[in-house]
Amino acid sequence: MAYFRSHVLVSVDPECVKKGAYDLMDTLQDELVKQGLVDEIQVLETSRIGDPTTDGPDLMVYPEAVHYTNLSVDDIPFLVEEHFLKGRVAQQYAQEIKALSDEELNAPKTKEVRVVLKNIGVIDPLNIEEYIARDGYLGLGKVLTEMAPEEVIQLVLDSGLRGRGGAGFPTGLKWKFIRGYEGDQKFMICNADEGDPGAFANRRVLEGDPHAVVEGMIIGAYAAGATHGYIYCRAEYPIAVRTMRTAIEQARNFGLLGENILGTDFSFDLEVRMGAGAFVCGEETALMASIEGQRGEPRPRPPFPAQKGLWAQPTNINNVETYANVPQIILKGAEWFASMGYEKSKGTKTFSMTGDVKNTGLIEVPFGITLREIIYDVGGGIKDDKKFKAVQTGGPMGGCLPESYLDLPMDYEALAKAGSILGSGGLVVMDEDTCMVDIARFFMEFTQDESCGKCTPCRVGTRRILEILTRICEGKGKPEDIDTLRNLCDQISENSLCGLGKGAPNPVKSTLKHFLNEYEAHIYEKRCPAKVCKSLIRFEIMDGVCTGCTLCARNCPVNAISGERGQTHVIDPDICIKCGICKQLCPYDAIEIK
Amino acid sequence: MSVEVKERQDVRKIVRNLVQKKGHEKAELIPILHEINKTLGYISDDAIQELSKGMNIPTSHIYSVATFYRMLSTEPRGRHVIQFCESAPCHVVGGRLVWQKLTQELGLSKGETSDDNKWTLLTTSCLGVCGVGPVMVIDNDIYGNVTPDQVPEILSNYE
Repeated sequence: MAYFRSHVLVSVDPECVKKGAYDLMDTLQDELVKQGLVDEIQVLETSRIGDPTTDGPDLMVYPEAVHYTNLSVDDIPFLVEEHFLKGRVAQQYAQEIKALSDEELNAPKTKEVRVVLKNIGVIDPLNIEEYIARDGYLGLGKVLTEMAPEEVIQLVLDSGLRGRGGAGFPTGLKWKFIRGYEGDQKFMICNADEGDPGAFANRRVLEGDPHAVVEGMIIGAYAAGATHGYIYCRAEYPIAVRTMRTAIEQARNFGLLGENILGTDFSFDLEVRMGAGAFVCGEETALMASIEGQRGEPRPRPPFPAQKGLWAQPTNINNVETYANVPQIILKGAEWFASMGYEKSKGTKTFSMTGDVKNTGLIEVPFGITLREIIYDVGGGIKDDKKFKAVQTGGPMGGCLPESYLDLPMDYEALAKAGSILGSGGLVVMDEDTCMVDIARFFMEFTQDESCGKCTPCRVGTRRILEILTRICEGKGKPEDIDTLRNLCDQISENSLCGLGKGAPNPVKSTLKHFLNEYEAHIYEKRCPAKVCKSLIRFEIMDGVCTGCTLCARNCPVNAISGERGQTHVIDPDICIKCGICKQLCPYDAIEIK
Repeated sequence: MSVEVKERQDVRKIVRNLVQKKGHEKAELIPILHEINKTLGYISDDAIQELSKGMNIPTSHIYSVATFYRMLSTEPRGRHVIQFCESAPCHVVGGRLVWQKLTQELGLSKGETSDDNKWTLLTTSCLGVCGVGPVMVIDNDIYGNVTPDQVPEILSNYE
């Protein structure tokens, strides 16, 4: 396979064609031949790049991503000489690429390294040629024509790539296991059931760079000896499902999926399966049950999927982000990948940062970066410059870490040691106005709801914890509740089958450990320090600040506020439902929460 | 998502066509249930009966699968289905207040359908658009950065 150092994508939008895009392409090709560059620079057609009416005919040069607009045939010799021979951007034709308006993915911050996200927002995900122009499917070509499956496995092992779904199992080792098992047919599964609240990195990869996942899966299938694959995507992501289906169709048309891929004797095909709204289906054994058309309930392991998976055949399951890393590892080598990261965690990790942080959205950073760097340098600090209180990592089964853990390096082992998990890379940042008991109750509500019901400790235990936490938030907590909670947490973790049950108590455990004082304030003093728990707060109007404008009294939905115009008003605590409308409306900030 | 009540005959025909199109492998059960749910608005007893015959799968199994997954409903739903994201990122940016307003305006609790069959109020797990929380979905429309004040206005867009 030929390697090109640059790709030129010429827009063949109808409007550009009308303006002579094909003549431009021919001239460009001739000029490249003339300069002896034809083996280094590839010219491809693409759909519209800029606005064809104002920019056309135009072309884009990758990997530099320089957009040349309003070109004529006469401009080409100069352009080729400047850009491809001298390596300078021909400024007079180059147009600045308009910044993407994207609320989820900002321009990369200084501490970010984009590997998995390198194509997101850069290429048109529905056009396979744009992916190819960014070295797409080159890795696959290399694997199928130059490498034995064992060599691929060794390369991935050497890179240190570990499962990005949360468990962090070495990917190469997984592939080695499945390769070693006999079966009538072997399966490759991509776990795209990104159910953790607050995690959306996988969705962006599926929607923005679908071919990276497809390519990673084909390479994995070659290494594992699999012939059929499934992408199991949650139904809450309709656009991702559609994009993946389009990508698979395109890859098939290009001979990259199906029989005799790239003319070799390797065959592999792929299809998308949609979930139906069950969080537990992100667990690998539940996921396979769901593909088989059953209730998505986990089963005990061993046997592990590599031995007996889908329809009792050897099956390999990796996460979206894991697969998306693979093509670049093949192309750039194991050393390149292993040079990024920290101790046993190599490469980069995407995080979906949400909550009370200034820059919410998707980020990609090398392993080993500290929480402080992520929150303050990349995230821009806490919203409204409030005080940081806690960060919850790894989704609903992760723990809440306080300020003293901000210098913790992000790494599978370090987080586990701190009582949290890396999980799928969700980061929920919480400021001083967050009640940690309320947050623990909230996460428990989630796991309680999503427990599939198979294991009693998880099904009943999470319900008991939820009842106790609700009671504490309502000011009815008892001193013995704390010990009961600790005991329940241990029982559930130890006696549940899958990761959901084992991890469910983490939010409670970690808040009990780091924020015990808040539990105690709720239980002993019947006070919510963050002033969140409704039963434990009351609204009062401050004498001297209130001007008696009557705005609050007129807007109170239950008529709990009384007072003469011009006189300080009073809230009747027996009638007040603590909705907070008066506080929101008061122009003088005269209402305080006690 | 407005769905008229279908006659039993129609239901059978819809189910039969789906089985014919997708095949009767057990692995097709969930995709077929998705389609039925979309077409009929929910998975009726008639549909389960017909599917059982067509796919040669016991009704008990179909029922157990249909009730396991949140997105499949065995109860009729209102003309408009509201799904409110109840996940943490939406919760910490004020989702709770929006939910309060929503239940107040509609007079419904989680999982209920209004008497006039106009609304069904559901919660959903994370929709992955946390950057613009609080988020709710009405039928196929996504609303982000929702504040309590906006709720009546948003609801008034639906007939």
